[in-house]
Formats: sequence, C-alpha cells, structure tokens
Amino acid sequence: MREKFFKSGEHWVWFNAGAIAISIIMVVSLIALIAIRGLSHFWPANVHVYQTQLDNGTQQLSMGELYDEEVPKGADPAVEKQILLKVGNRDLYGLDFRWLKARNITDVSMREDVMVIERREWGNFYGFVENVRFDGKNYSVNDETFYEKFQMAIDRANELHDTVKDLEKGDIGSINYQLEQLRLDRRRLELENEATDEALADIAQREQALKDEFEVLQAEMFAIYDKANRDSVDVVTIDGKPLTIKASNIVMALQPNQMSWIEKVGHYFIKVAEFIFDEPREANTEGGVFPAIFGTVMMVILMSIMVTPFGVVAAVYLHEYAKQGFLTRTIRIAVNNLAGVPSIVYGVFGLGFFVYFLGGSIDELFYPEAKPAPTFGTSGLLWASITLALLTLPVVIVSTEEGLSRIPKSIREGSLALGATKVETLWRTVLPMASPAMMTGLILAIARAAGEVAPLMLVGVVKLAPTLPLDGNAPFIHLERKFMHLGFHIYDVGFQSPNVEAARPLVYATAFLLVLVIILLNITAIKIRNRLREKYKSLEH
Amino acid sequence: MNDLNNEYDTVKDRVRQLLDKQTDSGHHTFRKIKDLAAKQGIAIGGISVILAVVMIFFYLLYVVFPIFKSAEILEQKTYPVAVESSVLWGMEEYGEIGFQLKADGVFSYFDALTGDNLSTHTLSLEPGETVTAAQFASHEENLVILGLSSGRILLIKQAFRLSYPDGVRKITPDIEYPFGQDGYELHDGPIKKISAAKSEEYLSIIASDGDKTIRYVRYMLEESFLTDEVTLSELNDQTIDSEISADYLLHDPTGSWAYVISSKGELQSYWMEDDELVSNERLSLTTQNVQITDVKFLLGGISLLVGDSKGDIHQWFPVRDETNTYRLQNIRTFEFSEHPIKTIYPEMRRKGFLALDGNNQLGIFYATSHRTVLTHTMENLTPESELTINSRANHILISGNGQLQSWQVENEHPDLSWSALWGEVWYESYPEPQFTWQSSASTTDFEAKFSLVPLSFGTLKAAFYAMLFAMPLAICGAIFTAYFMAPKMRTMVKPTVEVMEALPTVILGFMAGLWLAPVMEDNLPGVFMMLMFLPIFIVAFGFAWHYMPSVIKHSIPDGWQAALLIPVILLVSWLCLEFSYPIEKLLFDGDMRVWLESMGIDYDQRNSLVVGIAMGFAVIPTIFSIAEDAIFSVPRHLTNGSLALGASTWQTLVRVVLPTASPGIFSAVMIGLGRAVGETMIVLMATGNTPIMEANIFEGMRTLSANIAVEMPESEVGSSHYRVLFLAGFVLFVFTFVFNTLAENIRHRLRRKYGSL
Repeated sequence: MREKFFKSGEHWVWFNAGAIAISIIMVVSLIALIAIRGLSHFWPANVHVYQTQLDNGTQQLSMGELYDEEVPKGADPAVEKQILLKVGNRDLYGLDFRWLKARNITDVSMREDVMVIERREWGNFYGFVENVRFDGKNYSVNDETFYEKFQMAIDRANELHDTVKDLEKGDIGSINYQLEQLRLDRRRLELENEATDEALADIAQREQALKDEFEVLQAEMFAIYDKANRDSVDVVTIDGKPLTIKASNIVMALQPNQMSWIEKVGHYFIKVAEFIFDEPREANTEGGVFPAIFGTVMMVILMSIMVTPFGVVAAVYLHEYAKQGFLTRTIRIAVNNLAGVPSIVYGVFGLGFFVYFLGGSIDELFYPEAKPAPTFGTSGLLWASITLALLTLPVVIVSTEEGLSRIPKSIREGSLALGATKVETLWRTVLPMASPAMMTGLILAIARAAGEVAPLMLVGVVKLAPTLPLDGNAPFIHLERKFMHLGFHIYDVGFQSPNVEAARPLVYATAFLLVLVIILLNITAIKIRNRLREKYKSLEH
Repeated sequence: MNDLNNEYDTVKDRVRQLLDKQTDSGHHTFRKIKDLAAKQGIAIGGISVILAVVMIFFYLLYVVFPIFKSAEILEQKTYPVAVESSVLWGMEEYGEIGFQLKADGVFSYFDALTGDNLSTHTLSLEPGETVTAAQFASHEENLVILGLSSGRILLIKQAFRLSYPDGVRKITPDIEYPFGQDGYELHDGPIKKISAAKSEEYLSIIASDGDKTIRYVRYMLEESFLTDEVTLSELNDQTIDSEISADYLLHDPTGSWAYVISSKGELQSYWMEDDELVSNERLSLTTQNVQITDVKFLLGGISLLVGDSKGDIHQWFPVRDETNTYRLQNIRTFEFSEHPIKTIYPEMRRKGFLALDGNNQLGIFYATSHRTVLTHTMENLTPESELTINSRANHILISGNGQLQSWQVENEHPDLSWSALWGEVWYESYPEPQFTWQSSASTTDFEAKFSLVPLSFGTLKAAFYAMLFAMPLAICGAIFTAYFMAPKMRTMVKPTVEVMEALPTVILGFMAGLWLAPVMEDNLPGVFMMLMFLPIFIVAFGFAWHYMPSVIKHSIPDGWQAALLIPVILLVSWLCLEFSYPIEKLLFDGDMRVWLESMGIDYDQRNSLVVGIAMGFAVIPTIFSIAEDAIFSVPRHLTNGSLALGASTWQTLVRVVLPTASPGIFSAVMIGLGRAVGETMIVLMATGNTPIMEANIFEGMRTLSANIAVEMPESEVGSSHYRVLFLAGFVLFVFTFVFNTLAENIRHRLRRKYGSL
C-alpha cells in the first residue's frame, strides 16, 4: 500500500514542490510589498503629539505621523526602541524626520485641531492655524467664518497658480518657442547668404511684436503673482514657533484627526489623482509623475507605430513568402535570439548609430542654423522609440509567426481554390485570423518597452524634462525632445535623489504603478493568446 | 439532394460569369499585378527588416574596428628650414606654426606645412649673452626656461593667440615674460643643462654648467592682488655634488623628483623633502658597454624613457618597495632596432612617444599598451636629425640636411592593444602589474586603465551567483509543474511565472538595492539558516504528510503539494528570521558583519548575494518556462510504459523523462545564463559598481553592461574609451548570441527527435 517514502523518491518530489512554492511566494510577496508600500503612501494618517523628556532632562514636544518603528539589532526593546516621526516643517527643523526613543516618551496625545498643510516648497507643515489674512481682513481661528475663509484663500491661490501655469506653458511658452524659431530663421538666412536687409527687417519686426506681446503677458503674470501673494495664514508649530505661510504656497490643507473614515478615503483618491496627474515638485520627491507617465506612453505609442508594420511584414515574409530552407531557418533562429541580446547593447547601438550618426547627419543637413547645439544629434524621443522598436521587433516577429503557423493549411487552400490570389488570401483570411497573435506580440512588446530602462539611459530619458514632447506649438510633436520615463524615474529618484528617505514612498508608488500597468498588459496578452489557442484547436481537427 | 446539386451548379455558373467579367474588364490582370506587387513589397520589407537587424552586428564591429588599426604616416612636404643650430624648436598645438630659437635669442616662426617665414621675435638679452640651454618647463602652459651664457635664467611663455577672422582660424605667435624680463642669476658660468618644474604654487629649477655641480632653486609663486603679476620668492637655494656627470638632467613636473644621468648609464635620483633635494638612490640603467643615448620623461613625469646604444628603449619608474622607499624599476622594454637610439620625443597629451634610431628609422610607441604602433625608415636624414610632434599628435617635423620634412600622422588608438585590454599591465605608480579598469580621472596626464578583465570577471561573478540561486529553483520547479502538478494548479502557476518574467528589472533592482540589501545585512544568519533549513523542513513535512492518516491525506488530491508547502515555507522563513539575532549572538558575537570582517572577509551592503538573489529572480522564469516546456512535451507513452513496468513516478522521471528532456533543460540554462550576463539595471542598482576582482560573495562587482550604462553617456565620441565601451557591447552581443543560438539549436533538434515518437 504505502510505498517507502525515501525509497520511492517521494522526498525529491516534495523538494521540487518546495522549489515552485518558493518561487511563487517570492513573486507574490514582492508584488504585495510594493503594493502595500506604494499604496499606503497616500493615506492621510493621524497626527500625534509626543511629549518627551530627553536623557539630560530637557522637555521636547514633537508632532507628526508615525512612520516607522525600530529596535536596534539585539537591543532591549524596552530601552532602545525608537520611533521615526515625520514631523515635516523642513524650513524650521531642517529635516522632515525625527527619531524618538520610546523610553523618553512621557505622553502621547492627539489634538483635533491639528492642521497639515501641503506646501509647494519645504514639504508638509504640521501645526495649528491661528489667523488667516483674506482679502486684507484678518480672521482669527475663533471666528465662525475662519475655515470658510481659509478654504477660500487656498482655492483662490490654487486657481491663480493654475492661471500662471497656463500662461507660462501656453502663451509665454509659445512666444519663447516662436522667438527661438525666429532666431534660427535669421541664422539660416545668414548661412545661406540670403540675409537681405528686407528679410532681416521682417524678422526683427516680428521679433519686436513677439517681445511686446511677451512684455504684456509678463506684466500680466507679475500682476497675478502679486494677487496670489495677497492672502496668507499665520500658523504655529507644536513647540510654539510662529510662521506665516502664503496662500500661494499651499497645495492643500487638511485636518486628518478630525476626518471620518469616508473623508479619508475621499482624500486618498484626491492624493492618488494628484500623483497621476500632477507634475513633480521638490526635485521629484513630491507631487506627481504625470510627465513620466506621459513620456512613457508617448514613447510606447511611437514605438508601436514603428514596430507593428515592420514586425508583421517580416513575419509574413518569413512564413508565407520566403523559401523554407536552411537560410530561412537560420534567420528565424537569429531573430529569435535577438530577443535574448542584452538591452544595453541596443542602447549602445542606438546611441552610436541613431543619435551620433543619423542624428548628426540630419543636423548637418537640415538644422545647420541651430549648431553647435544639436537638434536630432542628441538623445531624444525619436531615437528612444526607434531603439526600443528594434529591441521589441523579435517579440512581434516571433509572436506573429506563431499565429501564422497555427492557422490550418486547409483555410489557405480553401481560399486559393476559390480563385483568390495569394495576397487576397493573406489579407482577407490569414491576417484577420492571425490578428490576435499580432495583438499579443504587440502587447508583449509594449510591456517590455514600458519596463526597459537601460537602453533609454543612453538614448533619451532625463530626470526632469521641462517641457512635454507634445504641445500647442507647430509641429505639435517634438520628436527631438528629451522625455521622462517611469522606469528611469524609479532609478533616478530611488538612487540619485539627494533626499532618498523622503522620496522612497513615492518611488514605491511609482513602482507599483509601473508593475500594475505591465501586469495588466501581460495578463491581457496571455488571455488573448489562450483564447486564440482554444479557437484554433477546434479547427485543427 | 437534387436541390443541392442545382444550387451547386448555379454557384458554379455565377463564379464562372464573375471570372469572365473580370477577365474582360482587366480586373483580373489588376489583381495579378496587385498580387505581384504585394509579393515584392513584402519580400523587400521583410528582407530589409532582417538586414536592419544584421546591421546592429556590423555597426558595432565598424565602431570597434579602428582599435586594431595601426598608425599611418604620410609625407606632406620637405622645405628648407634649418633647425640644426637652434637650441629649441617645435610646433604649436594645431601643428600649423613651427618655431625655432637660435642661440642669439631670436625666435623665428614659420608655417609648419610650407616652411614660409612668418615672423621673428628677438628676446631682450644683455649684449654678448647667448642662450645655452632651453627646456619646456610646462608644455601645457607653453612655458620655456632658458639658461644663458651669463649664468642667468629666463622664463618665457610662448603665446599662440587664436582669432577667427571670416570664420577661419588664425594663430598669432607672441612671447610673454610671466616672471619679468630680468631673469635670475644661477651660475657664474654658462648653463649647459637645465630643467624646471612648475605647479600652481611652486617653481623649481635644476641647472648644471656641464660639470658635476648641480644647482637647485625652489621658489614660491606669489600673485599680487592688485595686478596679475607673479613674483617669485625663494624657498631654497642648494648646491649639490652629483658625483656623476650631468649629461641628462630631469626634473619632474610636480617637483618631487630630480634625476642626474650620465651617458655611461649611472643615475643619481633626488627626492624633494621640505623644499630640499635629498639623495634617494644611485643605480645603473644599463649593462656594461651600453651607452645611454637619450633620456626623456613620459607625459606626467613619472616614467623615464631611456634610449641606449643597443637600440632599446626602456621605461623606468619609481615603485615603492617593502621598506616604503621608492626604487626605480625597469618596467618594460621596447626593442626598437639594432642601431643606437638617436632621440626620443614624448607625446604631450598621451603616454606615447616617438623615437629615431641611428639608421634613420622612425618608431611610434605607446607605453601603457606596450605597443610599437609604427616603424618607418626615413630618407635624407643625417646623424644630427631630430624630430618634434605637436600636442594634438597629428603632425611630425623631422630635421635633416638643413631641411624639414613634414609628415601627417594618423594614430588614433595606440593606447589599446590585446595586452592592454586583457593582460596584466604595470601602470605608473602601481606596485605591481594588475588588471584595472579606471577609464578617466580629473588630471590631464592620467594614464587610462582599460583592462576588461575585472569587468568580465564581475559579469561572470554576477551571473554565477544568479545561476546558483536560480537554477535549482527554476529546474526543480519546472519538473514539479510539468510532471507532478495538478492541471488546475498548473493553470494558475504558469501565468504567475509569466508575470514574474515581465516584471521590469528596474523594479527588481530597486527592491534589491533599497529593501533587500539592508534587510539582509540585518538578518544575515537568518538568510543562511533559511538556505539550510528550508530543504530540511520541506522534506520533513513531506515525510510527515506521507504517514498522515489517509482521511487528512486524501482531503487534498495529489499534485497540490506545492500549495501545501506555502504555509510551511512561510513559517520556517519567519522562524529563521526570528532566530537570526539569537544565533548571531551565540555564534558571531552579536554581529555577523563584524565577525566576518574580523575573519578577513570584507562585507559590502550591496553585495553579490543580493545581486544573486535579485538577478536569480529575473532569470528563474526564463529557465522555468523553457525547461517546463521541454519536460511537458516528453511523449506520454514513454512515461506510461515506464510506469506500467512498475517504476515509481520519481524513478520514471529520473530514468525516462529527464534524460529525454535534458537537452531542453540545458538550453534553458544557456538562455538563462545569457540573460544573467547581459542584465544591466539590477546590477547597477544592487551593487556598489566597483570594478574589483574578488570572488567573495559579500563584495560587489561591476559588470560589462553596468559599466556601459554608467560611462557611455560621458565618453567622448570616437575616443578610445568610447570604442572600448562599444567593444564591451560587442562582446556582450556575441556572447549572448552564440549562447542563445546554441541553446536554440539544441532545442530544435530535441523537438524534431521527439516529435516523431
């Protein structure tokens, strides 16, 4: 009945089961870890007041969010346990974080009226509001209308801030762009020896017009700045340090200790939205990652536009047209193997061939006026997309070929027997049937491209791109610009940031976003592939 | 039945009608043309895509290729400019203007390409005074020190001013006196030999009147606050008896060393200490009967290049010995010719040099790479011939017969050679030959160290530890999934592994560097306990499960063992981490890291163990998928036959399935290795990226790929550094391509073999 455990080799079976179990535990716990750390970042935690008596007898009041607890290795928790508080107020304390020894804490309490103010500069403020100056009038915290006025001041400042942003990005950005274009026009005329007085005068005139317009706008902007500086709020920290915060410096203010659970969930989603749709602040350690998302998406779209037709054509050629022999088989294996070539090699190739050679030649031919500043002769969006298209080409080719080979011969023969030409057969029957396979290939390519960082470090990404590659200035898409990328953002903020500790939650959030996107893409691809397999399984019999 | 036949006929008729109509209307031909065009189009498209991919290989090769090219020289022109009687001659940076200084103090400038006279400049000397010795004190600043017949020294600066009238470069030569026109009295008699060293703050000069008496003066440079004028304040004035005749007198640019060398080969070296020259050592540079014919400093003034009458050029530099004193050592010898070396001329921006021998043979050499880049026999030279090269090293002038020969040089990458890239090289100031990668530094006279060995070592080290971690997990996991696992669980496991494969490596690297590395440092004993106890407990649990009452045992069907083990593994891991500190206290005095260091094992937080786990994580799914596929596709009737003969499932697996699938598993490992070798982001983030050669698992490494990512953006296009990085990329490309092709071939063979079974 029962075989001997060791003799039958049963222990090896368990051993193997353990291997796959460990692998699964690793994947799941990794994703869970990223998810927990990334998602908890947005939750408005309660703010506590810690009263401490230091070892030398001095009293200290600290207030902040409990961030972490730690017992130094091997120490007695009762004596050495430490807690990490996020106390904010970087402009007053110098650091956002403070370690407290648990044994020194004499009292922990929670005050209902704690105000957390998220600022554009200097990070969060934790403290209490005392007085708000709104429209020239002072409202004390005891006034009935205080919170209403406070909120009005913030809303107004945010509105003005948005206006300024729009002006800067929109009209003023456009004028700067046009001025730059005029400068290049003049340089081009000079280079081509066509710089007649007439042409120069025309350019000068247009330049003057733009400059006038610019001054008007600038004056308008300064006026708005002045307006934005009208309101301010007087606050005080827990240890009694007073501070005046300008309303224009406030992103949002909240009282987490008063918020109900539902309000907190609401606030959570506001923060998530801010993360996705806002621009980064404070050297990428706060705010959102919108430019990185935008850059990633933009690059992936451009890459898809390039990789799909070429990949499909190559696959169709290999599978339908090329004579099946030694050469085709070799090519097939070679293409397959290109998928295994390290991505950094593609980066090296992209930098040397696309950026320096092709880009340099394009600059020489079409943009002599911009020299010595390179236009296409430097890393940018176009070269990054092409490099990644080359990198993902094997994925699309292999996947499409697999799809083509799964279509039964009978279908092709049926079409040909009815008098259709080869291309008609391809176009009307084979390709539509293989389209899910192409889709799978494309999705896998996108997933790979979205997560690839190493080649991009050579051919296009930067830590902070001042302008998006897409804007309102003709020709609207600026392929030569540098861009931000989610994967590189993780590397840069996580490893190159001056304030790694403060940036870490945001890096986890970014990582989670990236993982989520890539997992979703992959699961879609897997689903499509499985459905395709099922579909043709029935056809084969 | 009849209906159907009728319908068939009508359809046939209609098709025929349609075809006839098409033929009449020309639509048929149009379709044919369309078909042909599509065929051509697709063929062209397909082939060009494949060509584009092939181009990667050839482009990399194209960039790498110039490394292996040797130098070329091209004769430009010979023109009558006699430099034989001049005390100093040379060219400015661009090699456009040549200059010579005659003993009477007249600088004359000529076009270095045509020999046309440009201008002259007369130095203000006392009546009857002549220039008896001239040396560059600093090539970078074009500072020249002159020794005069009156025993006076004079410092002059050659200024070559650039202007761009009409967009064309124009160079105007001029002479400046940065330390005034008066000069300084050094000797009573004429100065025969002189050498000077100038740094930001100091100027030191050694001079000799041709006898054994050496005069050493050292000044501090004091810049006046109001004007930019620099005055010299004397720190030391010393007279030394060198005991050997000062045929060659050399003072290194930092002012720390002075060498007196006689043509018989004796050398006396001095070391500067507290502004004073102290005798360091006396040795002989040659064997008997061999004369020294020229001595020059290599760029930077660390190495001496000694040419002798046997036709060899030796490179010597001081090396610190066990007693912490510097001794000159013969580092390498260039066996140039059979004839005595006539003159040596070092390049001004690289560690290369040129030499002429007694048979008028020109040689171009590079010290670090120990490479003779070019030898060429010149014509129309005399025994007095000399040569010079501009600081961009693309233009040589050689004198002879009252004429100058102007030669163009193309010598882009003398610093790279097989031995420089893959061999042990004795770099300047290093105690012994080493494999070192250090591509750049802040100083201009830096000796670039381009050894790919530490990088390749790092790459293999990272791949080794990754495979050590990944291979057992992936292969065992694949065996279980393909052979034992319940189909329902398999449909859940496979997508999980595919998701694992898709995880961006930047995230794995980030987690490894910022989370895993510190956690592991804190729980080192726990990690090792996990390695030890997890297998034991897994088997123990299996044993216990095997002898469970059948009620419990049968509540879980066969093939779900892996799911059962998940809580066990979690529990054991947690316990290991919990007991980490107590064990550490018990066995390692409370801190394993300190304990390791006391055992002489260095510990970096971001070490190979972290990389091994993180990169193993990335490699597991690759190996798993292919190996699982190979095992799963072993024909069922093989296993059924074995089972029917009474073998247990495990015996069947080991004796039948695995041998059949082994080529597939092998190819999975190859492809996994390829991935581990080329992985960039994980290594970049999870190690300290120091190019060291230590097999120690607790230290980091720098891999070829990470090195490219770090250094490529800063490397100058077309420089040796740039091409070496391309070479690294090329090596990676070829390595992974060969491995993958091998693996793929094996897999195909396997598929064909068992497809027929």
